[in-house]
Amino acid sequence: MEAIKPFSSRLVVLPTENIDTDQIIPARFLKTTSAQGLGDSLFYDWRYDAEGKPRPEFILNQPQAQGVQILLAGHNFGAGSSREHAVWALTGFGFRAVISTYFADIFRNNALKNGLLPIQVDAETHRQLLSLAQEDPESHIRVDLEAQHIVLPDGRAVTFPIDGFARRCLLDGVDQLGYLLNMADQIAAYEAAYPQRVDTLSA
Amino acid sequence: MAQPRTLFEKVWERHLVAPQTDDSPAVLYIDLHLVHEVTSPQAFTTLRERGLKVRRPDRTVGTMDHSTPTTPRDVPIADAQAAAQIAQMEKNCADFGIPLYALGSEHQGIVHVIGPERGLTQPGMTIVCGDSHTSTHGAFGALAFGIGTSEVGHVLATQCLLQNKPKTMAVRVEGTLKHGVSAKDIILALIAKIGVGGGTGYVLEYCGSAIRALSMEERMTICNMSIEGGARAGMIAPDETTFAYIEGRPHAPKGEAWERAVADWRTLPTDEGATFDAEVFIDADALEPMITYGTNPGMGMPITGMIPDPAAISDPSQRETLIKALAYMDLQPNVPLLGHKIDVVFLGSCTNSRISDLRIGAALIKGRKVASNVRMMVVPGSQQVKRQAEAEGLHEIFKAAGAEWREAGCSMCIAMNGDQLQPGEYAVSTSNRNFEGRQGKGGRTFLASPLTAVASAINGCVTDPREMLELA
Repeated sequence: MEAIKPFSSRLVVLPTENIDTDQIIPARFLKTTSAQGLGDSLFYDWRYDAEGKPRPEFILNQPQAQGVQILLAGHNFGAGSSREHAVWALTGFGFRAVISTYFADIFRNNALKNGLLPIQVDAETHRQLLSLAQEDPESHIRVDLEAQHIVLPDGRAVTFPIDGFARRCLLDGVDQLGYLLNMADQIAAYEAAYPQRVDTLSA
Repeated sequence: MAQPRTLFEKVWERHLVAPQTDDSPAVLYIDLHLVHEVTSPQAFTTLRERGLKVRRPDRTVGTMDHSTPTTPRDVPIADAQAAAQIAQMEKNCADFGIPLYALGSEHQGIVHVIGPERGLTQPGMTIVCGDSHTSTHGAFGALAFGIGTSEVGHVLATQCLLQNKPKTMAVRVEGTLKHGVSAKDIILALIAKIGVGGGTGYVLEYCGSAIRALSMEERMTICNMSIEGGARAGMIAPDETTFAYIEGRPHAPKGEAWERAVADWRTLPTDEGATFDAEVFIDADALEPMITYGTNPGMGMPITGMIPDPAAISDPSQRETLIKALAYMDLQPNVPLLGHKIDVVFLGSCTNSRISDLRIGAALIKGRKVASNVRMMVVPGSQQVKRQAEAEGLHEIFKAAGAEWREAGCSMCIAMNGDQLQPGEYAVSTSNRNFEGRQGKGGRTFLASPLTAVASAINGCVTDPREMLELA
């Protein structure tokens, strides 16, 4: 996995609360066996009409959304299904961070394993970012994972919480599976100490 | 004396391969990993790319449910992509030595129905699956939660997960449910109360006299929807009801091992004096049948209630969310939902597709007909549930009433298997999610109990089942 460096981007805004993973990528696009190419299905039913034509009023279809790397979303982003496809669709489109006042648990975990930063900010900062994006769509936000903050155009830095272990993995470009594989001895010791609960191969 | 602990804390502590530190999450051992066709293929790809084996195929089991059609099994799968995904699942399980309840197996079914049914789900275990409704298994006093595909790969390769310890919330449900009010109404009432994010970061423990009085299948319905309140897991302390359900099932311990297991399970319930990080109370006596009107499971109300008015909401963002939901649902505020015409009734899903759900539905519809404007689908949760229902003649009752009787699968709950609403259609559904498009693009879902769903099918509109129970 590639190490995450600081980056700057404009914002694309979807202020709706409780955007669930069925909206991020509808279930019918989950019949794939690959994690690639899902950016085309991102927010599909909001993005395209019944004939599959782009809805011009939807933010991701507007010129200013092209090349944007930060999504500013409403409260409780990523609720619902555990589908990691939601994260793959966001990264496939080009997003590298989502800013919200709250993230659903499983979505947050999935995001952190794919280099998509779930940046949780307080309601006041969220309001400021919303008005910033409306008043000056060209303004850029800088994301710095090492410093664990975002920097607004006026120079103000806002710290965001992130799991320390996940942060270290992302900064070092190390994946968590490698960490677990290195614990093979401890896992074997646990297995030796605790009896097996069920054997799926029996019965 | 040892510090009093909650059920969750006991199960958590037993499964620590390495404890949580300031720099690293806990390494949690997983007793049972359930795998299905939709969220696993990319994880198997990772294993192949890195030359890894499945560490414990004997603690892993696969089934097919999500993209799997519910049409007769001798009909070829119409959707080429779904067929390829199902074929890939067979190959992955064969290559890595994982037992699989494939299409055509007598034990195939929805992953959260077959785990308990086979006796694989037991108290005190850790259970995960790439599916958010894994919380279902918490009904047995297991710690069970949904994971993403990266984590499916972690468990396949190491049988472990990196986890930060969640907080705990007690959900105390006291009193006695009135006639016509069911477990589904308890959980819909809870989510309406705490909201779809209210449980985020918590493991819920459902307790109180109303919970103790529930059957295992009813408890599963409640734990199943914990995630709809944002909680990854919901648990219920094991008791005699739990042990009676498990005893004699294929994977249940036998003989002396059974006695030892039960003795151990009796130590699991939360100790007197243990504390929770948060607590919620629900008065079971005051509950009515519940129904949702909006586009998330938190938008629910008593079935006799009025659709809420966005104008009465002060928070602008919440107001906008309700306006958007009512626009999608094409509903007006300040009117009842009772009597609203519907097109489809879906009795099924990992929430309500077990034998007791089908018995309740069949008892109500026996001698009655599905309204002419309604398509009613009955989808058993597993082939075993289907066989049991057929042995009891329930399928004949449903078919005589004009309902469809289908093969086991997730069906119209996830609408990626050919079963779906048409744009604009209204459904009363016993499933767990009413998100935009969840049951088919443009489809509109009212979530409710099996009783409410079947009563609505008979009348062709949203119906309070208590009216019919009085007539019966």
